[in-house]
Amino acid sequence: MTRALWTHLVKDLRIEWRSLDAIISMLFFSGLVVVLFSIAFDPHGEFAQQISGGVLCVATMFASVSALNQAWSREIRHQVMDAQRMVPSPAAELYLAKVIVNFLFVTIVQVILAPFFFIFYNLHVAGQAWLLALVLPLGTWALVGNGVFFAALSMSTRNRELLLSIILFPIFIPALLAMVQATGDIFTGDSDPMLWIKMLVGYDIIFTTVSLLLFDTALHAD
Amino acid sequence: MQASPPTTTAVTAAAPQFCARVDGVSKLFGTFAALRQVSVDFEPGRCYVLLGENGAGKSTLLRVLAGLLRPSFGKVRLFGDFEPQDVRDRIGYMSHAPMLYDELTAQENLRYFAKLYPGRPCLSPAEVLRQVGLDPDLPRYLGQYSQGMRQRTSLARVLLPTPELLLLDEPFSNMDVESARQMVALLAKFRQDNRTIILTTHQRELASPIADWVLTLHAGRVASFEPGAPTL
Repeated sequence: MTRALWTHLVKDLRIEWRSLDAIISMLFFSGLVVVLFSIAFDPHGEFAQQISGGVLCVATMFASVSALNQAWSREIRHQVMDAQRMVPSPAAELYLAKVIVNFLFVTIVQVILAPFFFIFYNLHVAGQAWLLALVLPLGTWALVGNGVFFAALSMSTRNRELLLSIILFPIFIPALLAMVQATGDIFTGDSDPMLWIKMLVGYDIIFTTVSLLLFDTALHAD
Repeated sequence: MQASPPTTTAVTAAAPQFCARVDGVSKLFGTFAALRQVSVDFEPGRCYVLLGENGAGKSTLLRVLAGLLRPSFGKVRLFGDFEPQDVRDRIGYMSHAPMLYDELTAQENLRYFAKLYPGRPCLSPAEVLRQVGLDPDLPRYLGQYSQGMRQRTSLARVLLPTPELLLLDEPFSNMDVESARQMVALLAKFRQDNRTIILTTHQRELASPIADWVLTLHAGRVASFEPGAPTL
């Protein structure tokens, strides 16, 4: 890990620790989604196994977007982004640090949410439960990696929050599909989720690489 | 092939004749021309004061020099034949806004930015905060500072990597007269190290003690370019 990446990480974690804005808003939002869906569908038995993967992914996705909309808000305020554009350290490290920090926040929310999720949906994992520890981080990275990049791209637009959702959701669909299918397969144990996991790995590698390569151009666009 | 930009902070006798050269620069925002065919040479070790009414193009010219905006036409060259984007570590840019994080203290902000200048010797954050008249140990977040204190912290951020070209957009706004005079004295010391200052202001009398040249812009064009009468 380079010094600049570490510097950005420490700064973002310190700022978030002082406010806990992102984590609290994500927790509230995702908790609400899980509770509302459990009331709406009254999930029990096999039905719960089938829909729980989708509910978990949707809760994560909407909660993440609420945080991603704010990912660059501190840089927009007081034109801090101009100061970031003036420093000679690589822009890719600024991007990577933001992705890591937001990934950590979403993961924390998922870890807190998980027990409630299992209780509300009365879940019993029929497949290999440890694979969830692979699928959820991979899916979260796909969402956050793209989200941070497109949030930066939409920073100078007036309707940036709307624009982020419009751009991000269609691009995230392949990863969302893989995430939902993989978690569904793990919960039901009906089929092997490895194909979907491989798809998530490929998606993450491709989109993270492209974002890292393009971020400098996105940051310095007029 | 273009040579790689030097990274030393010392400005030697072998320095190029012009610190910055603006050659026929126009900047369009849609159909609005913020700058129209501006051509100016800025010598090293001088202080240039940009004057003009609101919307004259002062801030746009500074942003073009800083490499934050690309000219629509014409070209900008710094320290010889470098584009601003290639020599960012040698430029200090201060805007109307503090360009700092509200949730960090002044020292935390400066320590953070100092670490983003790899290979460039930076001043100590505490030292530079004292230079701008602030207590480095003040246990308050920047969001709790007054406008004037934020402005000084912003100047401290800009001075931190000892840039060779200092671009200051309205540095005296939100400042009381005494603080502004202290800032002028600090800038005079900075200029004595053969570094170049280009600043915009509406308070000409505050900047006149260090103004080697006064450039007036009107509707995006250079209206006048006159020698100043510096006393510091």
